[in-house]
Amino acid sequence: MALERINEREVRLSPIITDEEVRQLRIGDHVLVSGAIYTARDAAHKRMCDTIEAGGELPIDVRGQLIYYVGPTPARPGRVSGAVGPTTSMRMDPFTPRMLAAGMKVCMGKGNRGPEVRQALEKYTGVYLIAVGGAAAMLSQFVKSIEVVAYADLGTESIKRMVVADFPAIVMDDCYGGDLLTEGRRQYRDQSTLGSYVPSERVVIAAG
Amino acid sequence: MREIHVDAIQETIARLCIEATHSLPSDVREGLRRAAQTEKGPLAKKVLADLIANFEIAERQMVPLCQDTGTAVVFVELGQEVHIVGGNLEEAINKGVSRGYGEGFLRASIVKNPLTTRDNTKDNTPAVVHYEIVPGDALHLTVLPKGAGCENMSRFANFLPRAGKDAIVEFVLRTVEEVGGNPCPPLVIGVGIGGTAEFAMALAKKAIFRGVGTHNTDEAVAALETEMLTKVNALGVGPQAIGGITTALAVNIITHPTHIASLPVGVNIQCHSARSKTAVL
Repeated sequence: MALERINEREVRLSPIITDEEVRQLRIGDHVLVSGAIYTARDAAHKRMCDTIEAGGELPIDVRGQLIYYVGPTPARPGRVSGAVGPTTSMRMDPFTPRMLAAGMKVCMGKGNRGPEVRQALEKYTGVYLIAVGGAAAMLSQFVKSIEVVAYADLGTESIKRMVVADFPAIVMDDCYGGDLLTEGRRQYRDQSTLGSYVPSERVVIAAG
Repeated sequence: MREIHVDAIQETIARLCIEATHSLPSDVREGLRRAAQTEKGPLAKKVLADLIANFEIAERQMVPLCQDTGTAVVFVELGQEVHIVGGNLEEAINKGVSRGYGEGFLRASIVKNPLTTRDNTKDNTPAVVHYEIVPGDALHLTVLPKGAGCENMSRFANFLPRAGKDAIVEFVLRTVEEVGGNPCPPLVIGVGIGGTAEFAMALAKKAIFRGVGTHNTDEAVAALETEMLTKVNALGVGPQAIGGITTALAVNIITHPTHIASLPVGVNIQCHSARSKTAVL
């Protein structure tokens, strides 16, 4: 069983992950990720998507997988891992629908996703998690091993297989169209203090 | 004339790169601790607790605070009575960055050609260096390892000279709201008002390391800082944009005289890992 419910709002999740399991996750849920996951950033996503388009075979089997957007720092001698916090997920937005179409079930990074990714999460039954951005030293404690498995020439941007144990994350966007950013702002916005300021409908389309 | 050898500069820069990426300034720590007390959202409270745990673990276990150990932005305040000897100042700074990022096991994140090949320089050089010539015979060196996640969210706008403060407040609010979780809130927001376009952006960057909990000495500007901070936190974005009342720890404004026809405003966004370290030679 790849999903184990700890309590109402907390689950332990391990790849391989099924549609059925993705459907059990809702925005704001705590997720403890355990087992083997893969890392990839911009450059690796570009290569993988170019490969998909060319009809080639991906260097990793992404079906049922979790991909973590991270470029770790080098580990000090004697340590398993360097700092391993998430990078800005939006840079992966142009690639994410194709990765979901290829069978990826979960992606994990930081920040918001654009509408095309949120729609793709609904269409392909996927989920987007955030790890706490900038908590990279804290997160390194949950990493049990890291090894480069593809695109070694990309250095910190290579694809790595990372074994984690109870690596903490939060569901930001679920497969029902739920978005924690929108929900959070609705709940905590204090319009009386903001006065005449009109909330922005647009959420982040700045580059980066 | 006081002589300072480039070797001392190189060594200092290397040390500052390592210290800045592992040890968060005390004013930022205090800001995060205060926020953890006042935050109302349960999820947001948990995130703030994680951030506090993070700076404690980073320092204790010598793991970088963030995997993005940044562009090495270096502010140099060179006393005009100082004579640099033994080599070239900027070369010494870059040798220091190369050494610091290597010896500190920091991530090399700089690509040589921004447009075409984007090949990594492998040692995080070159640094971005800002120079200021000041009176006296001291050399102040500040290293600000600037992560791209927040740096990419920075903005600039020219306002009509009489647009007034409300337009600037709205610009800051809109920026913070639209960038959402990308720059890793809670933020330190640097605002540069006045000068020229490039100067306002530099002021905004400088405003970041003025410190959390400090205020501009001009009362009206200090009041504007308080107003902006209160309103930014009323947006409800919260830590990591998951909802909450802690979206920023500080809004720091620096102003400068400007042209009769101008009101340039630069906004530099800094994540909660507001890293910087200064040394005086």
